[in-house]
Amino acid sequence: MTERYGAIAGDDQPSAGQAVLHPSRSQWCDVAAAARADGFDQLIDLTAVDYLTYGADRGLPEGVEPERFEVIASLLSHERRERLRMRVQVPVGDPSLPTLFDLWPGSESLEREVYDMFGIAFEDHPDLSRILMPEDWSGHPLRKDYDAGQIPVQFKAASNVR
Amino acid sequence: MSITDTAPSDSADAGAGAASTGGDRASERVRRREPSAVLRMSEAEAAAIGGDPDDPTDDELVLLNMGPSHPSTHGVLRLMLELSGETVLRSKPVIGYLHTGMEKTGEQLTYLQGGTNVTRMDYASPLFNELAFCLATERLLGIDVPERATWIRMLMCELNRVSSHLLFMATNGMDLGAVSMMIYGWREREEVLRFFEKVTGLRMNHNYIRPGGVAADLPADWRTDVTGLIELIEPRLDEYDTLLTGQPIWRERLQGVGVINAAEAIALGATGPILRGAGMAWDLRRDEPYLFYDQVDFDVIVGTHGDCYDRYAIRLNEIRESLRIAAQIIEAMPAGDYRVQDKKVTPPPRSRIDASMEALIHHFKIFTEGFKVPPGEAYASVESPRGELGVYLVSDGTSVPYRVHVRAPSFVNLQTLPHLMQGGLIADGVAIISSVDPIMGEVDR
Repeated sequence: MTERYGAIAGDDQPSAGQAVLHPSRSQWCDVAAAARADGFDQLIDLTAVDYLTYGADRGLPEGVEPERFEVIASLLSHERRERLRMRVQVPVGDPSLPTLFDLWPGSESLEREVYDMFGIAFEDHPDLSRILMPEDWSGHPLRKDYDAGQIPVQFKAASNVR
Repeated sequence: MSITDTAPSDSADAGAGAASTGGDRASERVRRREPSAVLRMSEAEAAAIGGDPDDPTDDELVLLNMGPSHPSTHGVLRLMLELSGETVLRSKPVIGYLHTGMEKTGEQLTYLQGGTNVTRMDYASPLFNELAFCLATERLLGIDVPERATWIRMLMCELNRVSSHLLFMATNGMDLGAVSMMIYGWREREEVLRFFEKVTGLRMNHNYIRPGGVAADLPADWRTDVTGLIELIEPRLDEYDTLLTGQPIWRERLQGVGVINAAEAIALGATGPILRGAGMAWDLRRDEPYLFYDQVDFDVIVGTHGDCYDRYAIRLNEIRESLRIAAQIIEAMPAGDYRVQDKKVTPPPRSRIDASMEALIHHFKIFTEGFKVPPGEAYASVESPRGELGVYLVSDGTSVPYRVHVRAPSFVNLQTLPHLMQGGLIADGVAIISSVDPIMGEVDR
């Protein structure tokens, strides 16, 4: 088992040969700060995956407890031309994670999108509100138990299920 | 005053701030957050205030909505502006008007159908969406694409960069009152789209780049067409220079407007012409070469002031560089397959379907059930005309992706808007929105 910035480093194989770290939730900010101090100056992307109905082996390294949600942050070092992905497990019972806003202000919109689509709250985020869906929307569309929905069809025989 | 207070200026400071004790961390947080250019106000709050914030020290303070339908917002971008007279204090881009759940839709389409979905995100440069999606899929599949297919992808993407930047030239001119530029930009862009139609069958939303290669080979006389395009557009770019670049009114409108420096752009996640305009030479084509960009000769165009003028000049000159690359591709294009000959991924040729039952079954299986992709996750990114366009794919071993996430450059770049606009006039705001060049289709997805 290898480590980097105090977090478990992932196996290359399921990640298509790309560098991946698996910090725990309590390590999230510290690992991010260590990576930033080490030259990863830009937060390129932040997103999440809902693993509720995932059928295959997730390929997590030993010591990482799988949870329903996973938040993924992609970092970029311009100086070394290097990329690093941080994957953190977030349980459905307490879907929250500290914000990365204080390290990279550019995380603001990305974290709002993850909150909107998955219902994962980012603690201390300056403006945790919906970004793509209307403000009064209920539910989080990219969760796997959220139906893709249908458009009611205006035919007599159709049983307008929604 | 605008962003230097919200963006970390040096990494050592931020690293220490977040890793040290609670007290330091809290004060650090206050320092970064308080004087912000972003108007963090919900619609309900804004409605309650009703456009007229009660501030005894400034009786010219107004809340104003610009958009969602405003000619300069390029689609349906709405800006909530806090104004003092005509000066913009804080602002907030309100998005989501084009949100149709394309990432959710992507979870129900096979890898072969996925291209039709992602190509509609950034509709001004559809081929880049397809390319990033295919590169991520191919990374999971572990297949190599034939050389000719890779060169075709490069040719089509560079021409798409030309058409996308020409669209920017047109709309940027229109936004600033140079209406003749709008006509010229659309005119030249149409010539590029005509070539796309000849190759892919469609002017936009091509679904041309597919996992394993491209959908069809180039037409027999493509060299004549591309040479014709280069010969047509290059002198027109010099005409644009005459019309706009040196023109005093144009310079007055753009120089020193919407300034951002490299540290601010990096902190806010900005990529593409915004980052390069601020003096940071970063282009994925050169710095993380994909396709065969390491085999062609081109320059990364970099600005110095980080203002609207630099972003305009960068895009204009990137058209020249793209044409330069296209000219090299004409020379370099090898003969060979335009898609991988892997029976698991590629449907059989049309002529085989009439002759062979197995080929017919195979064709049917690939287009209905799709091909299976090994479980895993992968991220692939390309340099789109707007910045880094990335696709994050998670596969569970079936023929449908488990998760499709698109890192849309416009979505992230839009965060720079409040910082670019703070302290400027509303009229400059129009120039700034235009220079960020957001495509709302990929912002909202």
